[in-house]
Amino acid sequence: MITQPDQAALLLDMRDIQKRFAGIPALAGASLQVLPGEVHALIGQNGGGKSTLIKVLTGYHRRDGGQVLFEQRPFEVGSPHEAQVSGISTIYQEINLVPLRSVTENICLGREKRRRGLLDWSAMHAEAERLLSRFSIRIDVRRPLGDFNTATQQMVAIARAIGFSARLVIMDEPTSSLDEREVSVLFSVVRQLKAEGVSVLFVSHKLDELYEVCDRVTIMRDGHTVRSAAMSDIGKLELVAAMLGRDVAVVDGHATAFGARDRSRIGDVLFTAQGLSAGQSVRNVTFDVRRGEIASFAGLLGAGRTETARLVFGADRLKAGEMTMERASYHPERAADAIAAGMGFCTEDRKAEGIVPEMTVAENITLALLPKISRNGILNEDRQREIVARFIRDLGIKCSGPNQKVRELSGGNQQKVLLARWLAMNPKLLILDEPTRGIDVGAKGEIQRLILKLADDGLGVLMISSEIEEVMEGADRIFVLREGVSVAELEGQAANVEDVLAAMAHGGSPVEAAA
Amino acid sequence: MNSARLIGIVGTYGVVVALAALVLFGFLRYERFLGFFNVMSVLRYNSMFALVALGMCFVIMTGGIDLSVGSVAALGSVASALASPHGIAAGVAAGVGAGLAAGLINALLVTRANLMPFIATLATMLAASGSALLLAGNQSVSVSYDSGFTAIGQGNFWIFPIPAVIALVAYVVGSVVLNYTSTGRTVLAIGGGEDASRLMGLRTDRIKFLVYVASGCLAGLAGVVLASQFGAGQPIEGVGWELSAIAAVVVGGTLLTGGSGSVMTTLAGVLLLGILFNILNFENGLGWISLSAYWQSVIRGLFLLVVVLLQARLTGRRGSWPATTSGP
Ligand SMILES: Nc1ncnc2c1ncn2[C@@H]1O[C@H](COP(=O)(O)OP(=O)(O)OP(=O)(O)O)[C@@H](O)[C@H]1O
Ligand SMILES: [Mg+2]
Repeated sequence: MITQPDQAALLLDMRDIQKRFAGIPALAGASLQVLPGEVHALIGQNGGGKSTLIKVLTGYHRRDGGQVLFEQRPFEVGSPHEAQVSGISTIYQEINLVPLRSVTENICLGREKRRRGLLDWSAMHAEAERLLSRFSIRIDVRRPLGDFNTATQQMVAIARAIGFSARLVIMDEPTSSLDEREVSVLFSVVRQLKAEGVSVLFVSHKLDELYEVCDRVTIMRDGHTVRSAAMSDIGKLELVAAMLGRDVAVVDGHATAFGARDRSRIGDVLFTAQGLSAGQSVRNVTFDVRRGEIASFAGLLGAGRTETARLVFGADRLKAGEMTMERASYHPERAADAIAAGMGFCTEDRKAEGIVPEMTVAENITLALLPKISRNGILNEDRQREIVARFIRDLGIKCSGPNQKVRELSGGNQQKVLLARWLAMNPKLLILDEPTRGIDVGAKGEIQRLILKLADDGLGVLMISSEIEEVMEGADRIFVLREGVSVAELEGQAANVEDVLAAMAHGGSPVEAAA
Repeated sequence: MNSARLIGIVGTYGVVVALAALVLFGFLRYERFLGFFNVMSVLRYNSMFALVALGMCFVIMTGGIDLSVGSVAALGSVASALASPHGIAAGVAAGVGAGLAAGLINALLVTRANLMPFIATLATMLAASGSALLLAGNQSVSVSYDSGFTAIGQGNFWIFPIPAVIALVAYVVGSVVLNYTSTGRTVLAIGGGEDASRLMGLRTDRIKFLVYVASGCLAGLAGVVLASQFGAGQPIEGVGWELSAIAAVVVGGTLLTGGSGSVMTTLAGVLLLGILFNILNFENGLGWISLSAYWQSVIRGLFLLVVVLLQARLTGRRGSWPATTSGP
């Protein structure tokens, strides 16, 4: 059911693309047609082959079969460099830039400005600032990229890609680490590109976004293209059904899989934090989590949600404030203290702080667990196999087996591996920072149901999410943070979205310490 | 200028501060330390190491390593000694050519065969060392004194030793390449993340290729200076040079894992090691205590450790301290 746009008018025409990794097909008959000057959505489940299709196109991977035409000519590139020279500019998933080097270098390397043969640094700094100003970002471009947060880094990656005057700009999940404000800035740039006649290929798991900017959509499942249509011709349910390969009737319309909760299961206070502060980003945060409760931080980017979580976990130093865990006073010096006290922390930046890409799925899942499943320093491999098999099954981790390297997994599946690692530890308090970022709708539901089940079993959960639906439907209590201060505490399912949004944007005075 | 920036600069140039302190110490303690003769001979002698360290610096900045530099220098010295009867040009061409060949082999092994630099250059190190012994017939090869070849190592340019002038020019060129060419910036980008650099559309293989070739050529050139300075090609010289070069690069503030570094502070690192050696010789000359070569090694090792720890402390990083000022 692939609608065929006019052949002669196509900018990009990929047909019947095949790609195998060690004999296992990642792409099996994928096709993609992009028109000049359109915004084209590419969607599919985690591991569906979207990123691989992009990397085949840009010459990072060599394809095993199929044809590619770009501007009606056969397109054979051997490296991302050649693709860029030929007019395809790409933002890869997971921000592939160099954190050690300056923002300017990350933006300008590959099309440096020169004067008399030598690099003209002041012109390059100016160029970097100019490109970033399109996204209303003002930063010191001389500083290393790694000094900035994920969202800023993502914007730098986008600025870099836009800077090459390309005919096709590819964005592989650019919005997963951006907040709504930044997303809307990005979309205005996307529309501007479109007006200039540049085509944009856009990958995202957030379906609403697609309807907002995309003209047409291509849906992939298990490495092949199942459907391609105009955005206006396909409804959201139909989209999801095609992605998952199920009937429309089976896919229900709920935004999240969090159902109504039986609040009688919520127990006594597990953890409290009182007046936490540490520098600029966290100034006065007070909250508590009960056993069996899902507490959630809501707030804009930069509200101090992640920073607070890091304080709780002992990853950063506390300047002032008190914490208790299971009624005992709690002063973590380092993450090991937090783990010993029964906490787990699933970070938002899985690449930098969680996953060990060169290790296998099994090793990654059981990394923190090794002491527990060893006796006298010797690993109990049966136990390890059993745990790993359970999580691969429960979370639906798509991999060739427990011994596949995590580096080779799709982005969403890496996230699931990280989540499995912490769940395997059986913590009492689990901090989840953006647990469903970059995860497809099917798996998202699984993870949300899992969180719910964990809470029902008595685990205290502190969930940070930029997706307002997830906070609204998932949380029992919502703590709204703004500029490092907790400004409101709301009952989860009873609150309405407007109240929460209003508190996030211009909430009132700090909440008094909740009793 | 904020304090973080200041500390960054002190960290980066800590090696210069340590160097200055060492020179002051020598000046106060030994009568002839800053005498013309001593200064010139320290510069002349350390030029070879400076050349080798320059190549090593670039290799390390890409995140690689070149273990072959010492034996490539030995091979270069033998080749240039053998060619020296045909004149200066022939001697230089033979020595640098030998280095070029070794560098090409390293480059191919790393970029085409995708071997780890450690393994690739270890193999070249053994091969170059064997070739040097074979070429030289297991003994040192006297250079020709009639062709003028010895001028490279022993002559002066105005009052400065020619090898020191060669090294200085090489460092100035190296510094410009690093800071003001896309090649130089790409070297750093590769060290900071090779896969990311490739995805950014940078030509990583080409740049890595260049870097290993350059390191080979510089090691060959160091061999030319060695033969010319001591009047003989020395097949068994160069043992341990790679480690001294790595030490100089690291003390100079370049991150051993790549991605961050500086050329001129590497030169300061070379001088630091050379002057330390010089001071220990003076100390022996004073006759109070007599330090065997073994003790000298121990002391140099300890001193290096102190400098590295000091810099790490200053910049608040453990083990290594990238020069975070990224470009001019
Ligand atoms: N380098 C590799 N080696 C082996 N297998 C790989 C490699 N890269 C991708 N794969 C496999 O190919 C399949 C497709 O992965 P891909 O990254 O393209 O998915 P995706 O659609 O981008 O998913 P996500 O939405 O999670 O980003 C996955 O099963 C993955 O494990
Ligand atoms: Mg992907």
